[in-house]
Amino acid sequence: MSTSQTSDAEAGGRPSTPGRPAGDFSLDVERRTVPIAIRSYFDRLRSGDPGALPAVLGLVVLAAIFSQVSDRFLSSNNIGNLPGQGAYIAIIAMGLVFVLLLGEIDLAAGTTGGICAGFAAQGIFSNGLHHGISGLLFWTLMVCMAAAVVLGFYLKSISGPILVIVGLVIALTGQDKHVLLALVFAVAIGAAVGIFVGWLVAAVGIPSFIVTLALFLAFQGVLLFALKSQPIGVNNYNLWYGLAHDNMSPAWSWVFSITVVVGYFVYTAVKSLRAQAAGLAADTMQLVVARAVVLAVAAIAITFFANQNRNTNAFKTIEGLPWAAAIPIALMILATITLNKTPWGRHLYATGGNEEAARRAGIDVRHIKVTAFTVNSSFAALGGVFLASSTGGAQLDLGAGNILLFAVAAAVIGGTSLFGGRGKPRDAILGALVIVMIPNGIGLKPNLGVQHQEVITGVVLLVAASVDAISRRRALGR
Amino acid sequence: MAEPILEIRQLNKSFGPVHVLHDIDLAVYPGEVTALVGDNGAGKSTLVKCIAGINSIDSGTVLFEGKPVTLHDPRVAAALGIEFVYQDLALADNLDITQNMFLGREIRRRGFLSDGQMERKARETLTSLSVRTVSSVRQAVASLSGGQRQTVAIAKAVLWNSKVVFLDEPTAALGVAQTRQVLDLVRRLADQGLGVVLISHNMNDVMEVADRVAALFLGRIAAVVNTKESSTTQIVELITAGRSGDIGLAPATANESI
Repeated sequence: MSTSQTSDAEAGGRPSTPGRPAGDFSLDVERRTVPIAIRSYFDRLRSGDPGALPAVLGLVVLAAIFSQVSDRFLSSNNIGNLPGQGAYIAIIAMGLVFVLLLGEIDLAAGTTGGICAGFAAQGIFSNGLHHGISGLLFWTLMVCMAAAVVLGFYLKSISGPILVIVGLVIALTGQDKHVLLALVFAVAIGAAVGIFVGWLVAAVGIPSFIVTLALFLAFQGVLLFALKSQPIGVNNYNLWYGLAHDNMSPAWSWVFSITVVVGYFVYTAVKSLRAQAAGLAADTMQLVVARAVVLAVAAIAITFFANQNRNTNAFKTIEGLPWAAAIPIALMILATITLNKTPWGRHLYATGGNEEAARRAGIDVRHIKVTAFTVNSSFAALGGVFLASSTGGAQLDLGAGNILLFAVAAAVIGGTSLFGGRGKPRDAILGALVIVMIPNGIGLKPNLGVQHQEVITGVVLLVAASVDAISRRRALGR
Repeated sequence: MAEPILEIRQLNKSFGPVHVLHDIDLAVYPGEVTALVGDNGAGKSTLVKCIAGINSIDSGTVLFEGKPVTLHDPRVAAALGIEFVYQDLALADNLDITQNMFLGREIRRRGFLSDGQMERKARETLTSLSVRTVSSVRQAVASLSGGQRQTVAIAKAVLWNSKVVFLDEPTAALGVAQTRQVLDLVRRLADQGLGVVLISHNMNDVMEVADRVAALFLGRIAAVVNTKESSTTQIVELITAGRSGDIGLAPATANESI
């Protein structure tokens, strides 16, 4: 065939080993060894896919700066506080990744979390939500949730409506006086909100920016109704308070880390063996082991340090992995598997990359959008719960203000695109770490006012976005 | 001659008062490339959308393998084995070649994606089409050239043992070498026994790969001619005037339509 000579030039500058014709899928039968993996990582960097690098560099630079500002910054006590302070950003941002992947936005994620946590707090505080708020409001909420169930099933969503039904049952039977069930109820309200938003965006056709802007405003009022304009503290509810403040016992910390590492190793090893058996491109065992060892070293180091007593006060020991770190990490693993290994996740990426192509491939784009918004708002509800935990209770402005913007910034700093199609749950965690480090570091230096915090956060976001844009431009320019 | 695999009889379509397609008769034979040509606005795209089920038809029948079928949804056409490759909008840039080829029809194992199996099948399909321009099925589509994209889109269409493939202007945006590759691929599809419908403006492409040419003129089939027995001039006349010598629409019809 006369055209085979053009193939290398056409492959978009991809390295095609000389002497091997491209038509043999030369790049596909490779056994990826450690050097090849490292080289292909740098190739990816050069081709304009910085991945997690800007966020990681940001973390290192900020840590270096703040360790100069205050020697307490790198103390184990302070580092142990970071997860509790930032978990809500990580969780809200992780939910946002799902809608950002579609090129949509949820401006109401913060206030959604606010009302969900608000209703849950009111439910516990007044021994069942129907005792706490006016009958009109209670039944309006119940009817809205029931409508969301119907709407959800109509839009061919399954798990979302079922979660809302669970929440309905909890509220109607008054079981939301128990803390755990109240928190489930909170997440169920979030799912109901997500179904409505998804329906308005995907079926009615209102831009998500407008829908969620409206809800952002309205929910601040709903929260006042839910709390009857009285803030409710949650510090007395051990489970709720513990989410942002308590730690796993050292033994369970080890169990958690080892499970994560072993799970990762087994998964990648099985995948590699299967691919090798099928004659596909596969990582060599050497690479699989090398990756697992890196992860294991990191996990062991983190767990070891987390299990040291980090309290500066001698009367109480603080040790173990914070729940506020373990829960977001577990959620991240779950979200990553969902996005990468299920058809739903694949369809979500496809819809974000090219909606028309997805539609023509027979994907129910409306269903994808509705379910993505449901996931997003459920995460937002959980984020609101963590927010209330770390700030001590359901204040009257819970979830309002900058919280949503911090979450969006976290996702973007981590590498998620606002235009859809590109992003990972991991981005939310890394970005949230960057975002939370700034107020934490500045707070350690009392003579640095809060005004610095906002400026630095803005600059970091701008730098992260610029690194992303410039690397992309350079890649296109080549 | 073999039985047509897809046959359209007396198809009519109007958008409001505008009668876009008049009594269209068209047959697609397995193992042949049928070119569908016509000027802008002649109704090529509307005809394809009617067959795909994107637009409804007002009257007429569509026979698939001799049996009448109702195509009201793109998925019905796909289930029968009729695939459409559109000029653009067919691929998601952020996914790789395998993921695009299996989009919407992923192979699953216990509810999870079976990436290895899909990768193997994608490679088999590309190999069976003698595609030599793609060095990895894990390449992101964003990094592909126009010709490679078109190749992937076509390969995606034949992955599912399809029987009829419609190609809408597959070479419109391509350079010389890439056009060559795609035309070779089109020919190979027909050689594998598929019925191929090539919609094109480019007479060189049509004369080169098509077995028969159906010329649309203002919503009517002016004529269906064998490529071997006709010339570019003749087809151009059919496209622009609706008739050429003895063949084509009757003069009255041709003039009335304008």
